[in-house]
Amino acid sequence: MGRVSIKNVSRIFIKKEENGVTEALHDVSFDVEDGEFICILGPSGCGKTTLLRIIAGLETQTSGEITLNGVPITGPDPKRGMVFQQYSLFPWRTVIDNVTFGLEMQGISKAEARQQAEKYIDLVGLEQFKNSYPYELSGGMQQRAAIARALANEPEVLLMDEPFGALDAQTRNILQDELLKIWEQKHITCIFVTHSVDEAVVLSDRILVMTARPGRIKEIVTVDLPRPRCRTSPEANRLRDRVLKLLEEERFKK
Amino acid sequence: MKNRFIKTIEENGIEALSLIIAVAIWQIVADRIVQNKFLLPSFYDVVNSFTIIVESGLIYTDTLTSLVHFSIGIIAAFTIGIPLGIAMGWFRKANRAIDPIIEILRPIPPLAWIPFAIVWFGLTRQAAGFVVFVGMVFPIIINTYTGFKNVPKVYVEAAKVLGCTRDLDLIRYIAIPSAMPSIAAGIRIAMGVGWMCLVAAEMFGVSDNGLGYQIWHNYYLHRMDFVLVYMLLLGFVGLLIDRFFRYYVDAKLLRWTAGTVV
Repeated sequence: MGRVSIKNVSRIFIKKEENGVTEALHDVSFDVEDGEFICILGPSGCGKTTLLRIIAGLETQTSGEITLNGVPITGPDPKRGMVFQQYSLFPWRTVIDNVTFGLEMQGISKAEARQQAEKYIDLVGLEQFKNSYPYELSGGMQQRAAIARALANEPEVLLMDEPFGALDAQTRNILQDELLKIWEQKHITCIFVTHSVDEAVVLSDRILVMTARPGRIKEIVTVDLPRPRCRTSPEANRLRDRVLKLLEEERFKK
Repeated sequence: MKNRFIKTIEENGIEALSLIIAVAIWQIVADRIVQNKFLLPSFYDVVNSFTIIVESGLIYTDTLTSLVHFSIGIIAAFTIGIPLGIAMGWFRKANRAIDPIIEILRPIPPLAWIPFAIVWFGLTRQAAGFVVFVGMVFPIIINTYTGFKNVPKVYVEAAKVLGCTRDLDLIRYIAIPSAMPSIAAGIRIAMGVGWMCLVAAEMFGVSDNGLGYQIWHNYYLHRMDFVLVYMLLLGFVGLLIDRFFRYYVDAKLLRWTAGTVV
């Protein structure tokens, strides 16, 4: 169970050298239901990654509160798994040892951790590569392994920061479909940051469109399309059109 | 069998031929042109002297002594250099505290420590080991520090969200493995410096055996063929240590970097 509630969160960065102040997030509030798939979409530099990092506990908000199931978030915790945009697998560990890492940190014995890790490696389709080192894998496979690693801790929320951003278009489509399958199977809450409108429309229950800096919520768009979704259906196109127009408004506002 | 023999020759032919020609030129120049065993001992002289020290067993005691000196230095440099480098690389305050001291001590050539090595430790193995230590410790500290500074942030963050949040665990599970290529490079540089310091320390009379000592001792006796034997011996032992280390590190510790260009 993973209900995330974000209340009046602001984040101000202070630059030491220039005495400058940048407001990255301004009074952001929304709730994510248990098992919901939310995409955060916005122009680059709008603070969407900052918001996700605050939810992960890797950064702190200047004001406001974020809770997971009613408990305030104060720091990183394995209950909130994260997949990064950059390749983040530990290059000195094989795929399976990467996936067992979180379990080892919990103090689970190596043998048991391996057994559990194998389930998740199967889930993302990397059985053949479990003893490979990251440098031996393609970008898509590395991100699959990173998803397996995040899932192995059985988090209540899965945070994803443009995880498919560096992949080619076809691999990205495949991984989106696979992610949805996993999400349906695991009933896990997903918060997914992206700059791709297509990706947001295919994946999410709701799209959180943000304004240009300082990031605020411009509009929350409900994606009422049945799954599995057809990427090219007229309804999907209409939705894409609507979201693109929202983003365009932001572009010309400055 | 024959095929394999031919293949080996084909594969290493140029290298082997080059070595043979170099030795031949050396022999001819020494034997026919210089004709002075003191100025330039010939290859044959050197081989002769080599068999003498093998038969007398001197080679073993001297090599062993030098290796003991070297080991004392390397162990001390490891136990002091690596933790210092880690502390400096991980904790900003530790870096600010330790860095000025290191920057002042580092430019002092290790050999300048020889008098104090003798005063503090006497003419003992520890004195030679100390000079080796001084030569080795700085490259190790600096490379460990650099390796730690360059640990990609995303690994640390990934570890944190996976439940690895304590400094000690982050150092052990993330920073040390990630910095290992840099640490290993530092150790290799340090071994080269340490080997040089070892010879100098032994020459300066810190010890009364060892390969470096024998070079100086035989020079006093005007036995230049023996000097050359010990010189070559130093080169070979140094080469062996480096090869062994590289093999061990590449095969065991750094297998995961096989894809990167080094």
